[in-house]
Amino acid sequence: MMSVVKKSIVVEQLRRAQMIELLSKEKRLDNRGLMDFRPITIETGVIERANGSARVQVGNTQVIAGVKIELGEPFPDAPDKGLLVVNAEVLPLASAYAEPGPPDEDAIELARVVDRGIRESHMIDLSKLALIPGRKVCAVFVDVNVLNTDGNLLDASSYATVASIATSKMPKFYVDENGQIRQSDEIIPLPINGIPISITMARIGDTLIVDPTSEEEAVMDARITLVVDENGNLCAGQKGQPGTLNFDQVKLATKIAKAKAKEIREIIKEGIMRNVKG
Amino acid sequence: MKELINEKGLRIDGRRVDELRPLKIEVGVLKNADGSSYIEMGKNKIVVAVYGPKEVHPKHQALPDRSVLRCRYHMAPFSVDVRKPPQPSRREIEISKVIREALEPALILEEYPRTAIDVYLEVLQADGGSRCAGITASAVALADAGISMRDMVVACAAGKVSGQVVIDLNDVEDKEGEADMPIAIMPNLNQVTLLQLDGILTSEEFERAFEMAVNACRTIYEVQRKALMDKYFGKAGEE
Repeated sequence: MMSVVKKSIVVEQLRRAQMIELLSKEKRLDNRGLMDFRPITIETGVIERANGSARVQVGNTQVIAGVKIELGEPFPDAPDKGLLVVNAEVLPLASAYAEPGPPDEDAIELARVVDRGIRESHMIDLSKLALIPGRKVCAVFVDVNVLNTDGNLLDASSYATVASIATSKMPKFYVDENGQIRQSDEIIPLPINGIPISITMARIGDTLIVDPTSEEEAVMDARITLVVDENGNLCAGQKGQPGTLNFDQVKLATKIAKAKAKEIREIIKEGIMRNVKG
Repeated sequence: MKELINEKGLRIDGRRVDELRPLKIEVGVLKNADGSSYIEMGKNKIVVAVYGPKEVHPKHQALPDRSVLRCRYHMAPFSVDVRKPPQPSRREIEISKVIREALEPALILEEYPRTAIDVYLEVLQADGGSRCAGITASAVALADAGISMRDMVVACAAGKVSGQVVIDLNDVEDKEGEADMPIAIMPNLNQVTLLQLDGILTSEEFERAFEMAVNACRTIYEVQRKALMDKYFGKAGEE
């Protein structure tokens, strides 16, 4: 996010010139190809007190997501569905330029785009989380804490959220004969339908790259995030930054997102499976 | 799922899949503002005021090489069925951000260093697609304020309702339909300045929705142009 990158007009313009020169040779400052992600590591079950948790690193970007499942009241317009609430905070320890305080517009956008990908892909079958329709449902709270920023917080946060939800365990709730909600000893997973994969691209000059670092984000013209569901369809998207994309770049971005999602999905699934087995 | 398109191919408000809602744009509706506009798009009623370029408060926000664009999208408490508390929600904060990023590419902010340009959008009544209507109206208000612009910005959503790709979703279609994709473009420079997607679309549906939204934007652009021409050059035909 831009708010955690210190901006200097002179340095920015010099970097930008250098970066565009490199990109025209299909190279990046860290020697990656234009379509290469940095190494992704996923550990799940890192917080015992949470219902589910995941620490994800994408290069030097590091985030941790924790799931807490509680009983709550449904939204009036969806009385027969459980709740999903995603919140994100860029902690002051994450960067020299992050400051304490309530989430700013970048953190709010981050949480809302992650939420959109999970919600619109129907990853969690929320209809199975209703206990007494209109009155009591399970509420799934996902809190994403950014520990270290080096670009592409959107994808890192999305992967951590997906991995923490997919490995969440909760007690089975039921309604007894008196209409009271009871908690059984049985521990069950959340009802999951497949996982969405977020792919964020940056446009610098005429070039699209995936997984931008902080340095690349500081000089990018525009950003586009597309989320691909288990069936390979697009399910959420967000253009960011005060720059534009032309029509061909939008089409190219959808093709890149689909191709990369296939590759990243294997990495995320492998991370989730490791926990489920262990 | 509720049927939102009948056997004749008509939507719940009687429109065809590629038909816009009734649209009205007025220019210069607020006397105090440097530029202003009012838009009705279906049941959306939005008033936009532009103040600036003006001194920046707080001062530390000022930039040495350009103006700072600030946008506030706000919904009146009575604009929706259930009263919306007046303090900005997370949704409004995000929408304010994407609206600012949608308008900024069209503005030549370098012409006004060390100043601020404030765009205030007040949604008096919401009917699905209020951010799009808000962007369309804001661009008109910015032009009315005389801010240097590279192009207009015009926005329209496309989406998927009852299995069909449609444009300009109303409130019910937005809430109960399968997908909603608001986009904004600069119609002469052919650049996309806003793109969001909520809901599932195949590649083919995405391309079709994108194309239909772009075409709808071009139609709305003519209404923007006419509204500005009417104000500054008199009603067409009266000259």
